[in-house]
Amino acid sequence: MIMKRNDLILILVILLLGIVSFIVISLRGTRGEMVNIYVDGVQIGSYPLNEDREVLIEGVGGVNTLVIKDGKADITDADCPDRLCVHQAPVDRDSASLVCLPHKVIVTVESYKESEADQIAY
Amino acid sequence: MRTEKLTVCATLAATAMILSYIESLIPFFFGIPGMKLGLSNLAVVFALYTYGGKEALTINIVRIVAVAVLFGNVMSLVFSVSGALLSLVLMLLFKRTKAFSVMGVSIVGGVAHNAGQLIAAVFVVKNYKVAFYLPFLIIAGLVTGFIIGIISNEVLKRIKVRQEEDRN
Repeated sequence: MIMKRNDLILILVILLLGIVSFIVISLRGTRGEMVNIYVDGVQIGSYPLNEDREVLIEGVGGVNTLVIKDGKADITDADCPDRLCVHQAPVDRDSASLVCLPHKVIVTVESYKESEADQIAY
Repeated sequence: MRTEKLTVCATLAATAMILSYIESLIPFFFGIPGMKLGLSNLAVVFALYTYGGKEALTINIVRIVAVAVLFGNVMSLVFSVSGALLSLVLMLLFKRTKAFSVMGVSIVGGVAHNAGQLIAAVFVVKNYKVAFYLPFLIIAGLVTGFIIGIISNEVLKRIKVRQEEDRN
């Protein structure tokens, strides 16, 4: 027997941790409305998720191409070495992010703040 | 004995580098940033169980710096170091308790490695929203740690036998 009883408990605890944090994040995560772009922690752009467009993001030391299409945001091209951001799946949930670490670019889907949403509702 | 240990550690560092390289050839991410297979953890876990924390740390640092110089960039160095350090410290603590087998220790290492990389990412992009990926990274670390744990267990069992045979 490879595993001890404690290992099994550990696996269950980590699994639970993963599931709980997933639930917490998905409960908060309804569909987002805005796509915000940050470079090195500073917001450089904000676009509605329901309007198709293509944005060229000037990151630190390179550019990323962001495409907003059919209510989803996706980075389709980048000149960074690893291109991990391009491989990421398109995002549309609140707080979901596309990250390009070499260029310090982060694209985040966000909801309106509640006060703003109320104003729109009234 | 010192020479023997030095040689084995150097071989382990080289093995860890090769595993890192093999890992970079395997496309393993399901659209989640920071997710890693952590094959090189095999050599680190082996060193941890054969020698101790100091040797495991040295091997890991040598591996990270060498791999960053050969295939990576400064950025990948920052993530690797933070992931590897958190992973090693937690593995050492869990091993010390003697309550867990190689499986448990390896799983902790896998999860901590992903968490450490994510923490580094939060600082680099200066945006805590990257934490959105935490649940996926926790589960991914669990799975990869589990796999590495099974392999580590087998390797430890087999290599120990061979060492004893050599001495006789």
